Amino acid sequence: MSIKEEEQRIIEEFSVFDDWMDKYEYLIEIGKSLPVIDESGKSEPNLINGCQSRVWLAAEYKEGKIWFTADSDAIITKGIISLLIRVLSGRTPKEILDADLAFIGQIGLEENLSPTRANGLRSMIIKIRTYAAAYINN
Amino acid sequence: MISDINQLRLQFPILGREIYSKPLVYFDNAATAQKPLSVIEMSSLLLEQTNGNVHRAPHRMANDCTSYYEGAREKVRAFLNASGTDEIIFTSGTTASINLIARSFSSKFLKSGDTILLSQAEHHSNIVPWQLVANELGLNIKVLPVDQSGRILSEKIDEYLDDSVKLISITHISNVTGLITPVKDICKKAQAKGVITVIDGAQGIVHSKVDVKDIGCDFYAFSAHKLYGPTGVGVLYGKRDLLEQMPPWMGGGDMIESVSFEKTEYAPLPLKFEAGTPNYAGVAAMGAALDFCNSLVENIHKHESDLIKAMKEGLSEIDGIKLFGGFENERIPLFSFTVDGAHASDIAILMDKMGIALRSGKLCAEPLVKHFGAESVVRASLLPYNTLEEVEIFISSLKRVVKMLLN
Ligand SMILES: Cc1ncc(COP(=O)(O)O)c(C=O)c1O
Repeated sequence: MSIKEEEQRIIEEFSVFDDWMDKYEYLIEIGKSLPVIDESGKSEPNLINGCQSRVWLAAEYKEGKIWFTADSDAIITKGIISLLIRVLSGRTPKEILDADLAFIGQIGLEENLSPTRANGLRSMIIKIRTYAAAYINN
Repeated sequence: MISDINQLRLQFPILGREIYSKPLVYFDNAATAQKPLSVIEMSSLLLEQTNGNVHRAPHRMANDCTSYYEGAREKVRAFLNASGTDEIIFTSGTTASINLIARSFSSKFLKSGDTILLSQAEHHSNIVPWQLVANELGLNIKVLPVDQSGRILSEKIDEYLDDSVKLISITHISNVTGLITPVKDICKKAQAKGVITVIDGAQGIVHSKVDVKDIGCDFYAFSAHKLYGPTGVGVLYGKRDLLEQMPPWMGGGDMIESVSFEKTEYAPLPLKFEAGTPNYAGVAAMGAALDFCNSLVENIHKHESDLIKAMKEGLSEIDGIKLFGGFENERIPLFSFTVDGAHASDIAILMDKMGIALRSGKLCAEPLVKHFGAESVVRASLLPYNTLEEVEIFISSLKRVVKMLLN
């Protein structure tokens, strides 16, 4: 499945909720099911500090694709991370760099990426792109 | 005179709006207050009807703006019971006021080896400006500790006022705990040792009657926007004899008597500290905000204590809650807390979806939040225009959110 197709599936999953609380309830559920990064992955170099919450991101490059694992101390952040990983993990560096992640806006969660939230999510996306850029010539 | 809460709420158009189709419950007043009609009208007046740069041109609109500007200075003077309008400096906010003192006072009166005393409960605005000058001038910074609840240990002040301490800068009311510092007592003890006193009144001005003569402080700083006024305006009150001896901090128009390339004479107080075109539209609107404050009568304050009681009762029903500042200490209607197992940012995001505006994070007071062993806290802060019904909505929503996060 392409990145765009995966994004489309997420948009459809979220389209059943017209109430904000239901939407976030679902996001929390997703967050709780995110496979937790193991303790060694929660090391200082993987930490992205936000004012509101903390995010850990680890990346592994295997056979032309990048695999991400991540975690956060806040569950909503974790839910969004989980969606990002579903879309971006196991992709080639070029696919990652080409992704515009428009689905976040389409499911109404873009405010969580605004700089004022300062929850590390924005920095996480930048870091994902930095990894991809570093591997693009491999 | 405003004595009824519904009548009071009608003064604030924003309180009638909806957020995500739910009635807004605005509990982030410590960050900034909403504005009454009189402030909105004064702001529009200076955009629509009367605009001319103050203190300069000899035309009607400039004169009118100067009258609003200087009229507001007199309103601030009366509000604080200062001796004269020359003791009232307009700035862009509390932060700018503290930076002004830190820069101007320190450069004239402090030298390497001197100590500045702060407290563990300070906002970053009352820490970082001092660190900047301390680095430059070789000053030391000492910190008055707080107890477990976050109460400043003011009774220990004598131990901390050693001979090297030249200035103490301390918050009147903490923006994290909502606890009230006994500033009068602190100023008395400091003054006895010749120590200069600076009060960060960003929260204090909103929730207590401030009389600078009674408090006995040398400086008092606050922002208009937390006191129903516009953003971008603040006040520095300072005792005349100190302000007179302090050098200007910024140079420019309006703050001079005469300028030549050989020698420039500064304007007398207060303009010496108001270089450049000031935010006169904002200052005029602050004048309207002070009139509004003066119109609130005593039973509004009784309503405030009802809100505090209801919030305490409601919060104490939440399992795993930690209320900073404690349930016993006397406080303003400001409540910072954590709930075991639920992240502060998650709580605030979900409450927003129910129309409730809160703050979460380190509240610009990282040393105090760290002292509590927390990474991030939730804060609900109320003003008299909030209602007991809103407290009920807040508590029941909080229970729902905590349940969602813990299950
Ligand atoms: C105690 C305290 N001090 C200082 C400030 C800074 O005020 P301002 O950002 O308006 O300059 C605030 C508000 O954020 C505060 O609560």
